[in-house]
Amino acid sequence: MKILVTAKRVEDPESKIKVKADGSGIVQEGLKYKMNPFDEIAVEEGLRLVAKHGGEVVVVSIGPKEVQEQLRHALAMGAARGVWVNHAGPLDPMGAAGLLQKVVEKEKPDVCILGKQSIDDDQSQTGQYLAEWLGWSQGTFASKLDSLESEAEKAKAPALELSSDGKTLQVVREVDSGLSTLACTLPAVVTTDLRLNQPRYASLPGIMKAKSKPVEELTPQALGVDVGLKVEVLRLTPPPARKAGVKVGDVQELFQKLKNEAKVL
Amino acid sequence: MPVVLIVAESQPDGQLRKATLHAIAAGADLAAKAGAELHVAVLAETPGPLAERLRDVGAKVIHTLASPSYAHYLAETYAPAVAELVKSVGASFVGAAATAQGRDLLPRVAARLHAAMASDVIAVSGKGTDITFTRPMWAGAVIAEVKLKTETKAFTVRATEFPAAAAGQPPAEVKVVSGTAAVSSPTRFVDFKEVKSARPELTEARIVVSGGRGTKGDFKEVEALADELGAAVGASRAACDAGWVPNDWQVGQTGKVVAPQLYIAAGISGAIQHLAGMKGSKVIVAINKDPEAPIFQVADYGIVGDLFKVLPELRAAIHGAK
Repeated sequence: MKILVTAKRVEDPESKIKVKADGSGIVQEGLKYKMNPFDEIAVEEGLRLVAKHGGEVVVVSIGPKEVQEQLRHALAMGAARGVWVNHAGPLDPMGAAGLLQKVVEKEKPDVCILGKQSIDDDQSQTGQYLAEWLGWSQGTFASKLDSLESEAEKAKAPALELSSDGKTLQVVREVDSGLSTLACTLPAVVTTDLRLNQPRYASLPGIMKAKSKPVEELTPQALGVDVGLKVEVLRLTPPPARKAGVKVGDVQELFQKLKNEAKVL
Repeated sequence: MPVVLIVAESQPDGQLRKATLHAIAAGADLAAKAGAELHVAVLAETPGPLAERLRDVGAKVIHTLASPSYAHYLAETYAPAVAELVKSVGASFVGAAATAQGRDLLPRVAARLHAAMASDVIAVSGKGTDITFTRPMWAGAVIAEVKLKTETKAFTVRATEFPAAAAGQPPAEVKVVSGTAAVSSPTRFVDFKEVKSARPELTEARIVVSGGRGTKGDFKEVEALADELGAAVGASRAACDAGWVPNDWQVGQTGKVVAPQLYIAAGISGAIQHLAGMKGSKVIVAINKDPEAPIFQVADYGIVGDLFKVLPELRAAIHGAK
């Protein structure tokens, strides 16, 4: 199988995001960056599928030269090679999906695995745009029946199940009030939810090997994609602050406050 | 007149998913601001009952699309039909609730229409053609105002931020969209495993009691208090990841977003992504052993202590007052 995965560079989800005073963006100073956590899950799932069925994982990242750090991380995890779409400046889901579509048409993978959303803009759209524009099957919010503490997870078994004829991929999806299962005819686009797998760490030999793995550089111009923004962010503001409340001494006091002050019991 | 089209959603049991009513309210708000008419699309094997249910909640027109291929929702069968409808009624806006289905479907509809999209919208502002959408970014740490620059615009609505559309409004005209033949799809529905619960739906409950890492996997007291209160049970990501409780109990930016009258967080430290899912609650109670836990910064009432002592005592106090 040939699997294309994405590795978007985002702010470390543990970092505190602050809005600039003029609302034009976020304060970049002191921020750390890493691969979008949902994309790490996508890379991991790609590696597990390839370990079981053979083939290669190709990782794509779009952004300025710094995104090569995220590509190298995915290569250190075990991806075979990287594709860097060199683009500085903001990008919206239509721009990202347009670029990915061209990369897919070039690479012709059997499956594209993307994070279900990136933790910066939280739009959760790129995979679906990509699937529609390619005319492919989509399996969004992929999860699994087993927990992250299960034996299958410890054995690093892929959660996405390839049919015996190799033509369809079974995707268990997290939806409202339960889990739905789809059979996606290949080629397909899959987007990953949190509990699909626990991504591996890059090993030291992996990091060494990654240095010599090939990374191809492309540009939106060379791919012929207009990345002009269709979603324009006008202004950012911090969310309305919640007033810090009071600490109560004991359960009786809590009960009285809930009953008589907040009147919610 | 421009049109705002909202796509209705049914649950696996065929009943209306309540989030749809909130999306319709958001659609009505948008229609008023954009000077547009509100239309609703109902896709189902037999759409009649759902259309009837939505007849008096504020839409001018309800379009019904019937096809055996709609028996189970699939983005690949729904998206072409919705996109066709958007074109035939000349809708400028197409939206739905930001449920799993809405989040799966609307970007695919938008892609077909080459429309830009705003996900998880919490407010709409502006007038006429100058409409902006307000939506959270960075797990709710930032609120953004965005403008969609394509002719047709798509959106999903965070249900907790809009009231449910009220019944008793002038009845909608029901239009049957003909010629919706079975569509072939590269994706096949296999099955749906419902997580059944006697408790209220998490996103619709008046009270939610949630447990986190502090439970160490023992949710008995969390559940007992919830049952005493007739509440839904929620959980932090850590508790779900550990496999202690079902995944669909997760409250947070990447799980369910809830806004009940009362939210009780037991043994939850308050990671930003959890806070993003429950900050809209009217009253928040935090129970945690660690007095420095970030959850106390958003809690109206905090109690520093062991949840295995606090929860049963609180349950006894509530039971005693009945």
